[in-house]
Amino acid sequence: MVKVNGTELNIAGKTVAEYLAGTNYDPKRIAVERNGDIVPKAQYETVVLADGDSVEVVSFVGGG
Amino acid sequence: MIPTKEEWYRALADRHGEAFQKRAEHTTVAICGLGGLGSNISICLARAGVGKLILIDFDRVDISNLHRQQYKASQLGLPKTEALAANLKEIAPYIELELHTIRITEDNIGELLTDADLICEAFDNPECKAMLVNAVLEKFPEKYLLSGSGMAGMDSVNRIQTRRVTKRFYLCGDGVSDVKECGTLVSSRVMTCAAHEAHMVIRILAGEPEP
Repeated sequence: MVKVNGTELNIAGKTVAEYLAGTNYDPKRIAVERNGDIVPKAQYETVVLADGDSVEVVSFVGGG
Repeated sequence: MIPTKEEWYRALADRHGEAFQKRAEHTTVAICGLGGLGSNISICLARAGVGKLILIDFDRVDISNLHRQQYKASQLGLPKTEALAANLKEIAPYIELELHTIRITEDNIGELLTDADLICEAFDNPECKAMLVNAVLEKFPEKYLLSGSGMAGMDSVNRIQTRRVTKRFYLCGDGVSDVKECGTLVSSRVMTCAAHEAHMVIRILAGEPEP
């Protein structure tokens, strides 16, 4: 299981890009952190989520 | 009558403590975007005695800014960098300011932010926010990064919080209130979010890295 924003999901083995494709996140408005480190955008296609990973997707909204 | 540099430092150290003041004086903070977030963050940090601010914005002061941004009607049309620098110097005469009237892109981030100890993301566009956060976390993992997301509308300011996302990345705001959906943006709520970013800078300088 992979914990994403506090929720356990059965997505171990998927890449970050594969996980995101099944969500409503706008890829241009997010940052993805995995086990305390940022996942570089260029690595979304290659970083594979592993059992026990903790992921946070930060999705930005407008205003400032 | 403008106080001397020593009088200025002493007044701040009396309020903030000698250790904090010494640290603040030798700190450089970059403010990326000088709108509602950035202009307010800058004023908080100037009053706190931060030694140097790097102010970055390509834009000019517009009448639509005056309801929430720290500019004056007499400054309409001026580059925000120059207008804010003038206002900050009136508040904190000895602060060092580095101005960049330029749009921040992935290509110039490395050059613009290399001297900053801490970086405040203060854009209004969500795609620009994400671009800056991703680029800073990739290029400068050793720097502290503060970002703001979710401050539109008139919901309670009590929903605005600071979260520590990673060791050096903090996110302030309610996380959800988008200006396009809310349709409104008021100074009190934007200033609250700006104060969260500025206060987290101050806590980090005070050696208290938890929000």
